[in-house]
Amino acid sequence: MAKIKRICEFLVERDEDKCIKCQACVRMCSNDVHKYDGEENTIRSESSKCAGCHFCEQLCPTAAITIKKNMYALRENYNWQKEYVYDILRQAETGGVILTGMGCDKKYKNYFDRIVLNASQVTNPSIDPLREPMELKTFIGKKPNSIRFTTQNEEKMLKTEIPPQLELEIPIMFSAMSFGSISLNAMKSLAIAAKKFGTCWNTGEGGLPEQLYPYSDKCIVQVASGRFGVDINYLEKAAAIEIKIGQGAKPGIGGHLPGEKVSAEISRTRIIPEGTDALSPAPHHDIYSIEDLKQLVFALKEVTLYKKIIGVKIAAVHNIAPIATGVIRAGADYVAIDGIRGGTGAAPKIIRDNVGIPVEIAIAAVDQRLREEGIRNQASIIAAGGFRKSSDVVKAIALGADAVYIGSAALISLGCHLCQKCYTGKCNWGIATQDPYLTKRLNPEIGAERAYNLLRAWSLEIKEMLGGMGINAIESLRSNREQLRGFDLNEVELKFLGIKHVGEAW
Amino acid sequence: MARNGMPLGGDRILTSICNMMERGNGLGSGFAAYGIYPDFKDYWCFHIMYNETKGIETTENYLEQKFHIIHSEPIPTKRVRSLFYTPRLHRYFLKVQEKTLEKEIYSLTEEDFIIKTVMFINKNIKDSFVFSSGKNMGIFKGVGQPDEIGEFYKILDYKGYIWLSHNRFPTNTVAWWGGAHPFGILDWSVVHNGEISSYGINRRYLENSGYFCTLFTDTEVITYLFDLLYRKHKHDFQTIGDILAPPFWFQIERVEDENCRRILKSLRIVYASALVNGPFGVIVANSESMVGMTDRIKLRPLVAGEDDEFYYIASEEAAIRIIGGPTKNIFQVEAGKPVIFKVKWQR
Amino acid sequence: MVKGKLLIREEYCMGCRLCEVHCITQHSGTKDIVKAYKGKEQKPLSGIYFEEDRHVSFAIQCRHCEEAPCIEACLTGAMYKDKITGAVLHNNEKCAGCWMCVMVCPLGVIKVDIQNRKIASKCDLCITSGFPVCVENCPNEAIVLVDAKGEKIGRK
Repeated sequence: MAKIKRICEFLVERDEDKCIKCQACVRMCSNDVHKYDGEENTIRSESSKCAGCHFCEQLCPTAAITIKKNMYALRENYNWQKEYVYDILRQAETGGVILTGMGCDKKYKNYFDRIVLNASQVTNPSIDPLREPMELKTFIGKKPNSIRFTTQNEEKMLKTEIPPQLELEIPIMFSAMSFGSISLNAMKSLAIAAKKFGTCWNTGEGGLPEQLYPYSDKCIVQVASGRFGVDINYLEKAAAIEIKIGQGAKPGIGGHLPGEKVSAEISRTRIIPEGTDALSPAPHHDIYSIEDLKQLVFALKEVTLYKKIIGVKIAAVHNIAPIATGVIRAGADYVAIDGIRGGTGAAPKIIRDNVGIPVEIAIAAVDQRLREEGIRNQASIIAAGGFRKSSDVVKAIALGADAVYIGSAALISLGCHLCQKCYTGKCNWGIATQDPYLTKRLNPEIGAERAYNLLRAWSLEIKEMLGGMGINAIESLRSNREQLRGFDLNEVELKFLGIKHVGEAW
Repeated sequence: MARNGMPLGGDRILTSICNMMERGNGLGSGFAAYGIYPDFKDYWCFHIMYNETKGIETTENYLEQKFHIIHSEPIPTKRVRSLFYTPRLHRYFLKVQEKTLEKEIYSLTEEDFIIKTVMFINKNIKDSFVFSSGKNMGIFKGVGQPDEIGEFYKILDYKGYIWLSHNRFPTNTVAWWGGAHPFGILDWSVVHNGEISSYGINRRYLENSGYFCTLFTDTEVITYLFDLLYRKHKHDFQTIGDILAPPFWFQIERVEDENCRRILKSLRIVYASALVNGPFGVIVANSESMVGMTDRIKLRPLVAGEDDEFYYIASEEAAIRIIGGPTKNIFQVEAGKPVIFKVKWQR
Repeated sequence: MVKGKLLIREEYCMGCRLCEVHCITQHSGTKDIVKAYKGKEQKPLSGIYFEEDRHVSFAIQCRHCEEAPCIEACLTGAMYKDKITGAVLHNNEKCAGCWMCVMVCPLGVIKVDIQNRKIASKCDLCITSGFPVCVENCPNEAIVLVDAKGEKIGRK
């Protein structure tokens, strides 16, 4: 028998002593894992359907449910990991591309975990952020090389004009997650939190839903290859416009929204038929070379009367340094670089895990190249792709980023447990779904408070780290590689990151 | 500094710096003086230190290609018992050859060319280090206590209208003769108490503008920043203060004048990489001014004073008083706000 | 004892029915959730009732009306208004089981407790415990306690 029906990754364990048969789990699970048997008055759980999202575990009033990893044994095989065996079994069944969600989960080297920060002692006092001002304000945009003054009526006046800037209270923004890949309630939570904190959020390529217009002044809108939802209204309401060339989770291919997630509202916002797969083409079909990109950048600038910041988002790949340079010379006000750990709502697993390079090296390389060419001030660099904690943010800024996009971290603050089943549209947390039964579960009031708390917590941690380094303004950390040291890294890696090894002093 | 530009002997500065001996550890001190070469005042004076005799020939060949060497001589020194190692010290009075500037690929001003020369020698010619490169001024420094260095260089024999002096307690780098303060390029000289936390980014910003940092002392970045912002970007010292030690955002928001607010905000946006973070107290001099300033939250002491004849800036009040400084007009330098003294020439 | 109105926001109701579970637990003898459901003691009725139609759902309890029809209809005076909180309360001892209140309530939020002398049973605004447990335990804040201005009141 070659047919394999059951692949059981998780085991649902129920403590029968505690279970009061309230059936909350039965009603709530979108994967129909739990079933109530009226005759026996018991609840049975079909573990093979469990996605490992932990919603029932969190909800159960008596904490009777535990979701465990199924440690079923295939003979240990370092080369043939369980995942590869089961992927083949699935492909034999369906003949299709295996999809997945969120970011690359493979055990590739994480450079942030091999970089440590400095602290000042004795010679240089550390600064206490609870008692002294600590400034995280960041400006994204093109900046002139110098400033000239003139005098008017004996008063000193600015002669140089500063181009428009995005003013952020913290160098962290919410990453692009489209309406379609996530629910309106999830987007609203992030929009409210971003506006309240004083930073920006991103619509992703799915257009700007009407209900979010009140938050559009702090919104970055995306012009992606599918051009979903792009009209003059969209462009004028935004604080900035981002041309999406690629994303870290799937460099080289376009966005993918399965038909199950295209509801009536999505169809209206994206301007596409209901129920059809929304597949963004891989390249923009009007951008086949760098001069085409320059045309689009300036077309957008013209149409918005040069009042908006126009940025470009690219995935981190081998030639990231010359690509970023090219993008900046094409007129972009910022370049967002998305590394291999970047998340997604749906992507072929093989692309997510194998294409792209880590964002740490990409940022260091791009920052260095731009400085060598003397054009670093012509655009800001935004880093994205798997930022898990505030120390990652600090290290990215020290390597050269002006600001950082967080995507997965923001969703986790709303309840996501990284079960990677976003593409099914059955997210129990009400985040990566359009099913009204499920989206109800994410109350934007609560979601916004949680996302705001995340930003607040990280900003406090960042201030502590800065204070420890003897720095009281974030601009003194930007590109300041002296504050970093690496360990467990070879010479080549240290060279690319541009940092010294632990043990080396000035 | 003498207000009217009249030269004074090196005795007062020596007394003043020795008064603060406790603050250093004998691993670096130095002096800078302006107006000491009146006979050669139109020529660039390079003070170069050599490790033994190595590097002398290469350097002099290099200089001969680009300059007319009007006069060259060893810097007059006196043997001091406690200074075990002293490098060879020479000074050269130079004039740029006419054809040199024409041959340059990028059109440079004469000052840029001098900087380029100094950077080249310091980076590429081994065992050779240019530690002073201005007109009618000179820096004298080395590894030793101020009294030792003062005696070694025969400071008392010079007469200048601005004197700077420093005693070092180096913590971050190994002590070497070139690492003592004052640090100088062109006619700038800088003495610095502190540690620059933003060194990593300040250095990269400057390197992209053509200033090479030797990596052995963080004071360099302050010197080069002053040169870049004053000479090339043509800002006055007040503005430079607002760039290197800008007011906090909440302070900028409270400024009433809208134009002023816009200027401060724009300066911070454009010159973010020039913000000097970390504690510092610096005294900077050029041929016509002496400026003292501290970091934005005044983590290092700095006092200034003036009387009819002189201006004073020092880390401690005692250093001013001991040379007969004014008892009435001594004041604390405000955090992040430069104190600017300019010479008013007598003639 | 908390003063406020129970506001129901059906757009956030997930349909988990945990409000019912906690109401029952709170009004049981043991106040322990497992014992209340599985123990020997008779499980009380819930004061909050869940309703759903496809994806629209909510749970509703007594509105503690300003001019309560059930108080007017009560023969024995078992239904009365608490002067401090404004809650409409039911005195089990006085109740004769006539079911006038059940019939007269415009929202149908009074039920008959068949197991217990067939007397009336309804929400008591958790008057004895202090803070309404349905508000405290709703995972998505579909039920909130608000003051006269409509601002949320939290548990102190």
